[in-house]
Amino acid sequence: MTDMILFGVFPYVAVALMVGVGIYRYCVDRYSWSSQSSQFLESRVLFWGSVPWHYAILIILLAHFLAFLVPSGWGVVLGNPLRLYILEVTGLALGISTLIAVTLLIFRRSLNARVSAVTSAVDWLVLAALLLQVATGVYIAFTLRWGSVWYLHTASPWLWSLLKLDPQVHYLAALPTVVKLHAFNAFFIVALFPFSRLVHVVSVPLTYLARPYQVVVWYRERRAG
Amino acid sequence: MNIRAQVSSVFHLDKCIGCHTCSIACKNLWTDRKGAEYMWWNNVETKPGTGYPTKWEDQEQYKGGWEMQGDTLQLKVGGRGSTLGKIFHNPNLPTMDDYYEPFTFRYDDLTSAPAGKDQPTARPVSMVTGKPMKIEAGPNWDDDLSGSNIYAANDPGVVKLTEEEQRQLFAIEKMVFFHLPRICNHCLNAGCVASCPSGAIYKRGEDGIVLINQDKCRGWRMCVSACPYKKTYYGWTTGKSEKCILCYPRQEAGEAPACFHSCVGRIRYLGVLLYDADRIESVAKQDDKDLAAAQREIILNPFDPQVIADAKKSGVPEQVIKSAQKSPVYKFVKEWGIALPLHPEFRTLPMLFYVPPLLPVMSMDNQGKQKMADDFFTTLEQARLPMQYLAGLFAGGNEEEVKAVYRKLIAVRIQRRSVTVGDIPAEEATKACDIAQVSSEAVDAIYRMTTLTRIKERIVVPPMLREQAIEAGMDPEQHKQEMGFGSRRPPKRRW
Repeated sequence: MTDMILFGVFPYVAVALMVGVGIYRYCVDRYSWSSQSSQFLESRVLFWGSVPWHYAILIILLAHFLAFLVPSGWGVVLGNPLRLYILEVTGLALGISTLIAVTLLIFRRSLNARVSAVTSAVDWLVLAALLLQVATGVYIAFTLRWGSVWYLHTASPWLWSLLKLDPQVHYLAALPTVVKLHAFNAFFIVALFPFSRLVHVVSVPLTYLARPYQVVVWYRERRAG
Repeated sequence: MNIRAQVSSVFHLDKCIGCHTCSIACKNLWTDRKGAEYMWWNNVETKPGTGYPTKWEDQEQYKGGWEMQGDTLQLKVGGRGSTLGKIFHNPNLPTMDDYYEPFTFRYDDLTSAPAGKDQPTARPVSMVTGKPMKIEAGPNWDDDLSGSNIYAANDPGVVKLTEEEQRQLFAIEKMVFFHLPRICNHCLNAGCVASCPSGAIYKRGEDGIVLINQDKCRGWRMCVSACPYKKTYYGWTTGKSEKCILCYPRQEAGEAPACFHSCVGRIRYLGVLLYDADRIESVAKQDDKDLAAAQREIILNPFDPQVIADAKKSGVPEQVIKSAQKSPVYKFVKEWGIALPLHPEFRTLPMLFYVPPLLPVMSMDNQGKQKMADDFFTTLEQARLPMQYLAGLFAGGNEEEVKAVYRKLIAVRIQRRSVTVGDIPAEEATKACDIAQVSSEAVDAIYRMTTLTRIKERIVVPPMLREQAIEAGMDPEQHKQEMGFGSRRPPKRRW
């Protein structure tokens, strides 16, 4: 029953919150939509925290998504022991980078008086959830070897069942508690998304690559149209 | 031809007394709130000096503005891809320490301290952390050359001078300074606009005012680096960048911007300029020394029938063209040619121009006594403030550009002295005008505009045509019925 609530119901609640509250906040309070960068207050430590954190977590998330979306293709990639080995080592290295980075960011936020002055309770909650997530992730990668393979037979079908609106929590039932924690916390972070600065994740400004440098806004054009 | 109108300004530096009234007027209106304490959309610097934020002119450090890479114009912070790559940590972002940590004092302690042997004191506390702090910098920390061995000596413009020129600048009892008030330049080729990954910063087409859309800004803070004048500021509480809005709400109500209106020395002139937007890029690509002249070239004569016809074709309203004809900025910049842009070599085409200061330049001669006639141009060559320093500020290093302005300003002095004091023969005045290549009538006009004009002549706010902006979105009659509640939303049921 607990499993059903945590892995069959909560994910839907989390996604509903993310989409519902996210859209509401975007429409009603767009002014609050920001990365809330604190680099202006402290720049040096942020470099060693923020840069490895963002690049490493992006690659790790990409791997999680690919393995979930195309498990068969992922399985083919891992068919060769050498490739499996390289992938696992890379994943572990990136995981450790994120762990060190997020620890550094937590220390920075608590020890630097200026940065802690602009830190809210939700900021701490986000950092704690992220620390828990990367810590359990690295722990799983260390102790429950070849996660990139067993993910294909546990997490991937579970996520697919969620996507098909037919939650099959038995895929996770037999897994160790730490994996369950990792899975639950993932959706907890999803639920936190619309209430925190995490919203900046969906504001990736890729349009910048294509737009002309100068932006001129006319009301005259609006009138013609 | 793509003619646009630009609200532009001229600051007459000879008239600036460095009182900071402009800064305070601006602060009281726009930045008097948490997270904005350190922002001075308008600030007044002492030159030579390192300014605010410290050494903002040093683009090797801050990477503001544009640079030529072969034949292409590129932001100094890097191309589009590299800008996005630096989004997680911007290596060229100034931090709070480059400005100053905002502070207040515990005034309460003065009255609430328990009785004791010592006088109670009001300790300084940080407005960021609330903790006691040692005040080590402020927005005008080097005011009037204070600490000049640290500040003025490290002015990025001063360190470029020869040792002889530097010695001359800092000679005991001959030290010299002037004030440089700065606001956003509302550039034609703005670095902040170009660098914003979100596309939140834009230039208003109708009047050229550069604004940051607060709903679109995501706090990527590239604009802070890319503006070479450091006139966009990161709001450390809101996570949004902010900048001078040239008091557009005041202008739309027909009033002068607050800093202009409050200026004690009446140094500030405002008016509309017509320019050819198709030529922005080609002007920005000129050599450093030609930039000031090229920028004058892009500004069009609002009396020329051809320009008027083209402007109308480009959609510039008749009223705005009329306003451009009354613009004092056009007179200073184009007609008389005595106002220059600040650091044109940043290639953003700033639309705020400065009449360079004459006083410290002239008072070199005869231990303070100004020699007006005869060899006044040799005076200029041996000016107390090195010409190279002024050329570095206002003309991309082109001394001729600055000297041409000074010859005219000196001609004005000589002609006025000849008229009012009478100890200089009229022929001297005519000679000075000839050398300066300025007519006697123009000299009179410069004198008049500099000294006698009232606010309506100094500050010609163009019709901002809000009615047209309203028409673009809704029926003006309906707008009239629904506005005025102090709310941005019409009072009607939405849900």
